[in-house]
Amino acid sequence: MTETLRRIAIDPLSRVEGHGKVTLLLDDAGHVHEARLHIVEFRGFEAFIVGRPYWEVPVVVQRLCGICPVSHNLCAAKALDAVVGAVPPPSAVKLRRLMHAGQLLQSHALHFFHLASPDLLFGFDSDVSKRNLIGLVEKHPELAKKGVLLRKFGQQVLEAVYGKRIHGTGAIPGGVNRHLAIDARDAFLKQLPDIKAWSLDAVALARELTLKNVERHKGFGTVPSALLSLVAADGSLDLYDGGLRAKDADGRVLFDGLDASSYRHLIKEEVRPWSYMKFPYLAAMGPESGWYKVGPLARLQVCDRLSTPLAEAARRDFLASTTGINHAPLAFHWARMVELLHCAEDIEHLLHDEALVMGELVSTGERQREGVGIIEAPRGTLIHHYEVGEDDLITRCNLIVSTTNNNQAMNEAIRSVARQYIEGHRITEGLLNHVEVAVRAFDPCLSCATHAMGKMPLEVSLVDARGEVVSSLRRGDA
Amino acid sequence: MKARVLVFGWGNPSRGDDGLGAAFVGEAARRSDVEMLVDYQLQPEHALDLVGRDEVLFVDASTSGKEPFEVFELTPGPHVTVSTHHLSPGGLLAVYQRVTGKPPPRARLLAIRGWQFGLGEQLSERARQNLDAALGWWRSEAGAALAP
Repeated sequence: MTETLRRIAIDPLSRVEGHGKVTLLLDDAGHVHEARLHIVEFRGFEAFIVGRPYWEVPVVVQRLCGICPVSHNLCAAKALDAVVGAVPPPSAVKLRRLMHAGQLLQSHALHFFHLASPDLLFGFDSDVSKRNLIGLVEKHPELAKKGVLLRKFGQQVLEAVYGKRIHGTGAIPGGVNRHLAIDARDAFLKQLPDIKAWSLDAVALARELTLKNVERHKGFGTVPSALLSLVAADGSLDLYDGGLRAKDADGRVLFDGLDASSYRHLIKEEVRPWSYMKFPYLAAMGPESGWYKVGPLARLQVCDRLSTPLAEAARRDFLASTTGINHAPLAFHWARMVELLHCAEDIEHLLHDEALVMGELVSTGERQREGVGIIEAPRGTLIHHYEVGEDDLITRCNLIVSTTNNNQAMNEAIRSVARQYIEGHRITEGLLNHVEVAVRAFDPCLSCATHAMGKMPLEVSLVDARGEVVSSLRRGDA
Repeated sequence: MKARVLVFGWGNPSRGDDGLGAAFVGEAARRSDVEMLVDYQLQPEHALDLVGRDEVLFVDASTSGKEPFEVFELTPGPHVTVSTHHLSPGGLLAVYQRVTGKPPPRARLLAIRGWQFGLGEQLSERARQNLDAALGWWRSEAGAALAP
């Protein structure tokens, strides 16, 4: 960065410690030179974990995120399976897959019905007070109701396996704690026809809204990059397990079928002085060009197929909408709904498996010093890596959460959007709206570890090279 | 049969005073017609937890309110956010209204002032004092029929 660059700061959620602040650096000509999305959460949590007994970790890490605590629970348990030297028994794996599908369904429903569909339905330039869930329910009450009920279903699945709403102990090192009760299974099976039908409706709506604005979406924050996901041995998407596969921006396979422990050789993490969040990149491509996307948009294009028929048909339809790899951030929304349908189908498939209600739950093995777990969380690839001392205490923890994996991709998308929509040297509502839409497509974990009331304004500031605020906008929280 | 009153605290116990809502629910005096609920944060499906209630008390930490706590009457209201990671109580009431087609139950927010929101499981000393004051308010609010 040169001293002549100007800074525009966009502070969407300064919740407690400046989470989710966006800074736009302008050059002398007033062009956006760089975008910086500041997120502060996760590195502190790594230090927080060190010194704790390993068996406590799958519960503690659930507090990393109020939206996807199950993903952290499962990822930690997978890493610690390796530490206890265990291969979880089939019943445990299937129960974990059920939890994971429930979590993904719930999280994807939240994102689409709560955040994305208002953007898509009402447009980026519409009244901000309408471009949210409340606006959505006013105009489309049935749609909003389905969103709430889909989320409730996912929540019920999780409660049934975890035993309670939060702080549960679903997955533990080597397995899980409990079977699914037969009456709960039967109740879920009765709800599945509705859940699948609503999921199909969501796919159709996301498709319609995307195709209606396809030309605008194509150019909105679109920046080509590599893609990363877990893929099963047969090439199908595996959200719970599998090998790492990466493709370059044109869709050529860079590596495939690599196990979790190889992540440290495949992915390097760059630290930059202005952010607490790391910048991962594919080691073979270097930090400049090796950044990548994770999450639904990447997953549907990295895998060869989905294992469930309705979702696979929807995936093919999605792929047919573009030529080559689709890098448009707004395509995340449609891809997310294809995955929602996949999870609904997968839950139905799992619920017919007797292993959910009987069979061994935990296995043991020879104790190891470290373990790596990787899972496809709702927002993308999630990596937990632990080293454990002979006294059973964690000695090192490395987390690469989905939002971190998407870090540079988000910055690039914001930069692209800001370049397109900036008007002079002022922060306008229009610029703010468009930056928000780009951020929302990725749905980063902006401040999921704290939720206190207050400090929820949307604040936009223009700061000159001397550090003085010359323009600002503030959007309050009701 | 659902309890007539719901007390719903939320927050993250690993974030110091952000856990005030959860701590309140953990320590608040019980009464048979009051259900206690705790979660990490508010979500749209929580609207279904409000169904059939006469009254709801939301409890959260406050980063900038008055000490030791404040109590606000809530009405359904707009909500603006950039992420799925936050829903306001007023926004939740609006979701309830639209999903059920009925006006929401009476709802208040008990906002307990917190001071330390860094990683750590302990409430700060000032937050602890504020929590005790809020618990005292609740005892008086809930009346003489409280269980021990």
